[in-house]
Amino acid sequence: MSQSVTVYVPRETAAVSMGAQGVAEKISALGDVRIVRNGSWGMSWLEPLIEIDVNGQRIGYGPVTADDVDSLFAAGFLQGGDHALKLGPVADVPYLKNQERWTFRRCGLIDPLSVDDYRANGGFNGLETALNKGPEFVLDQIKASGLRGRGGAGFPTGIKWQTVADAAGEQKYITCNADEGDSGTFSDRILMESDPFTLIEGIIIAGFAVGASKGYVYLRSEYPLARRVFAEALSIAKNCGWLGNRIQGSGFDFDIDLHLGAGSYVCGEETAMLESLEGKAGLIRYKPPLPAIEGLFGKPTVVNNVVTLGSVPDIIALGAEAYASFGVGRSKGTLAFQLAGNIKQGGLVEKAFGLTLRELITDFGGGTASGRKIRAVQIGGPLGAYFADEHLDTPLDYEAFAKVGGMIGHGGIVVFDDTVDMAEQARFAMEFCAIESCGKCTPCRIGSVRGVEVIDRILANEDREENLNLLSELCDTMVDGSLCAMGGMTPFPVRSAVKYFPEDFKR
Amino acid sequence: MATKYDKTIASEIINQFGAKPEMLVQVLHAFVQRYSFISEEAIRQIANELNLSNAEVHGVVSFYHDFRTIAPGQHVVKICQAESCQAMGSRQLTAHAERTLGISLHGTTVDGQVTLEPVYCLGNCACSPAVMIDETVYGRVSPDKLDALIEDCGGSR
Repeated sequence: MSQSVTVYVPRETAAVSMGAQGVAEKISALGDVRIVRNGSWGMSWLEPLIEIDVNGQRIGYGPVTADDVDSLFAAGFLQGGDHALKLGPVADVPYLKNQERWTFRRCGLIDPLSVDDYRANGGFNGLETALNKGPEFVLDQIKASGLRGRGGAGFPTGIKWQTVADAAGEQKYITCNADEGDSGTFSDRILMESDPFTLIEGIIIAGFAVGASKGYVYLRSEYPLARRVFAEALSIAKNCGWLGNRIQGSGFDFDIDLHLGAGSYVCGEETAMLESLEGKAGLIRYKPPLPAIEGLFGKPTVVNNVVTLGSVPDIIALGAEAYASFGVGRSKGTLAFQLAGNIKQGGLVEKAFGLTLRELITDFGGGTASGRKIRAVQIGGPLGAYFADEHLDTPLDYEAFAKVGGMIGHGGIVVFDDTVDMAEQARFAMEFCAIESCGKCTPCRIGSVRGVEVIDRILANEDREENLNLLSELCDTMVDGSLCAMGGMTPFPVRSAVKYFPEDFKR
Repeated sequence: MATKYDKTIASEIINQFGAKPEMLVQVLHAFVQRYSFISEEAIRQIANELNLSNAEVHGVVSFYHDFRTIAPGQHVVKICQAESCQAMGSRQLTAHAERTLGISLHGTTVDGQVTLEPVYCLGNCACSPAVMIDETVYGRVSPDKLDALIEDCGGSR
């Protein structure tokens, strides 16, 4: 009996959204094959990207639709036959080859729900090392790695963990912020769908380091597939003794619960997330006290983003120096940039800090999807500034971006072509803030509503200069007076639109 | 799919979450999953069993977009309104859907088949514009593709 060929068909949102399910069904109906539902390599523009294992080499074809399957069989794709959609060995596709994969190195490669695959590719080595060497070792390694929070704020992770470790109290918590609400971002989702055990391992290591026994993952409800995959991964990890009491025979107990958000953007703000985890409306809290001192249920709590925690296992397994060897200045390691919007080759690009925006958008992204000229690029989600062509040579690191009035945030990059109306985008920034404001502070709750009105008056050419000044003062009030980034940073896209694209406000 | 409210089953759902007030958001999700919306009756029962006031539960329900208080149509079509999808024509796509369905965002067709809602990011931004129909996400949705998807799920045109 001949051994059946292994075909990889991703079970990941972008791939499934482009028809991967139908492709998998058709291939299994037509051929004697073993189908593995892997995650995604992050080359979303090629999804569904299917792969064939030909003598141990993964040969890719994409983007494949169900209608292409007949011709793929005719071309002998199970033996790696030539076809218009053939990409060759996936590892050699420049988009992937030119990345520095750390956190996402197993994404696409493995079956996301196979502990054997995970172990065979270095999974749980970090946790084993941690359990052997103790919490102090872990804290020192994370500090030495220079890892900073990947949710957007860029706070040094090691210092946060040390604060929680040093805080008094028996009960402490790890909370993972998977409320990835910024438009143009999907790295949390890709990691949770493509390599969920990495996140689980990172959370357990964090718990071990600070002395917590319980973790919560707060996942947005807009990610139904990530929810299914991650929930399955949690139950598999428990059954295999990698989660629960006496993990792998050690004296360490740790458990993780998965909680769902409910469609609120502001719940991505850490204190609003904690409120939501406590079953309440997501009103933000005053700081101080910091969550590290008084967090979930008033206990010392680590709040970290998915990618931050996902970067941890290999830092412990391979050493802080290996991680810190990537990056520039105070921006150490890698960041998973996400290319989105009007972009030809959208997807996830994990690179060391320091490359320029232009390299990312042109070399990886291939320019706009429409083929038109790039006019504006928004970086860092709906609270991030809009940049014009003249800024595209800014190196991507936290400090360099702060200097030009921007923030890298969670690494989302949304490209707009020359058909964009920047006044409309500025108006949307205010409108979004009005819709999503938690309502606790006045500058955000009322300021955003007034912002929409003032922009409408500017566009209607009512006392334009006066209203532009008023908009500027309103932005000052929101920046200076808001309690959190929602109201405090909504002026970033508004002001940058007015500053770099003034012609759109004079019609 | 609307299911008739049943106090015993509602109580079972609440107890699946240990009848703990900190599980309120998760309890409400389970109610939406079963009953498609949160009724006044549900608010009163949840408040009673979690030892909260009606106002506290109502406050949480009204804070979150996911917790609707009236029954939606058979299918819920969510069109992403966030920046990445805007850059790929989601405003035009939304206008097309509103025109062909004869409703505005947040509205439900007269035959009760389709509710149209905005959503702010489905995380499918490399394949914008994105749409979610019930629990399935679709990418690069053109007006024609949206028409076909709505047709497929039995929605009116």
